[in-house]
Amino acid sequence: MNIDSITNGIVIDHITAGNAMKLYELLNLGDLDCSVAIIKNVHSTKTGRKDIIKIDADVPINLDLIGYVDPGVTINIIKDEKLIEKRTISLPEQLTNVIKCKNPRCITSTEQELPHVFRLTNRAEKVYRCIYCETKYDG
Amino acid sequence: MRSLINILDLSVEEIDELIAVANDIIADPDKYAEACKRKKLATLFFEPSTRTRLSFEAAMLELGGSVLGFSEATSSSAAKGESVADTVRAVSCYADIIAMRHPKEGAPYVAAMNATVPVINAGDGGHNHPTQTLTDLLTIQREKGTLNNLTVGFCGDLKFGRTVHSLISALSRYTGIKVVLVSPEELKLPSYVKKDVLQQNNIPYVQTTSLEEVMPELDALYMTRVQRERFFNEEDYLRLKDSYILEPRKLENAKKDLIIMHPLPRVNEISVAVDKDPRAAYFKQVLNGKYIRMALIMKLLEEAKA
Repeated sequence: MNIDSITNGIVIDHITAGNAMKLYELLNLGDLDCSVAIIKNVHSTKTGRKDIIKIDADVPINLDLIGYVDPGVTINIIKDEKLIEKRTISLPEQLTNVIKCKNPRCITSTEQELPHVFRLTNRAEKVYRCIYCETKYDG
Repeated sequence: MRSLINILDLSVEEIDELIAVANDIIADPDKYAEACKRKKLATLFFEPSTRTRLSFEAAMLELGGSVLGFSEATSSSAAKGESVADTVRAVSCYADIIAMRHPKEGAPYVAAMNATVPVINAGDGGHNHPTQTLTDLLTIQREKGTLNNLTVGFCGDLKFGRTVHSLISALSRYTGIKVVLVSPEELKLPSYVKKDVLQQNNIPYVQTTSLEEVMPELDALYMTRVQRERFFNEEDYLRLKDSYILEPRKLENAKKDLIIMHPLPRVNEISVAVDKDPRAAYFKQVLNGKYIRMALIMKLLEEAKA
């Protein structure tokens, strides 16, 4: 299978196999005007199989969201066909407007303007708590 | 700007310092009669709580300051749909410090992020009530002479009682604390409090349904109310409610220097006959609440100056 290399843009690599479509939807990549390639079930020496997303433009993407959905993903920034930056995304310390607090007693339930902010309180168990009411996010 | 939203916002050293100041106020109140002269406390009570509001207001008045505010949301601009952020931005122009009670969890945190003066959380729903915990700590310290090496019993509704969760968190930072949890199955301490607070801090604890069994071990007993509305069926409530009423005969095997505490208001969970027992400390708690709030107001105003 031949997918053209990109000149300027982003390659989201080492996506857990099966997660590419989910990230595509959550990152609203369908709204972009540029080419976006989703490559599924690519052979990976580390994990057996992986997904890859290639975005043919240097657009801002929500790294916190990627880190929350699929920690361990690698972001490659390409400029003039060269790799200029490579980053592995881990679970972010804080999430803003990525997930929503579901506690009906939380202040965010009545004040719609407030951003939904969560803080990572247990990395090993991937526990995020609302900064306002401290309720654990249960998905 | 330093605020107090959660009891854990204060270090153990800061709590010890507040307790020391409160004890000094009790010893010599005149020394503090003008400590907050020309300063104003705004009490923003979006839900009624007469006791807490009066305690804050009495504290500020005894420091020589003034108070302004409202005691229910209907008499504030919140009734017109104003946000907490906008309310405190405006109130920051009138007052030097704010005490806020709000039915929504996290509202005082939002206030602290937007106010230009210190904010004290005076209770946000079932979430935090740090000045109650400070009150409880001052009471234990005054009555027992220490906050270390104590066996503290918590009895009643340990599931929903925010004062219980908060006091357990605060005590878990002291040494030699043992916790005894007495409640019906339906109202046991939530597992996240056991895991995140007790187990994480290696605090030994036992859970039981029998108050009499553990009574002889206790240095302090913290009573809470078992509320009818917490039960799914009336039968269970009727079966359990009397097990957790403290009466003089249940104190027969208790230590002579036990202290009995309660965040108040009580309904029937402590029999009125216990009030005469010298070990009853719950009305002293009310008075201590005013003194520790005086110490806290002074500390936050002092830090705001810096």
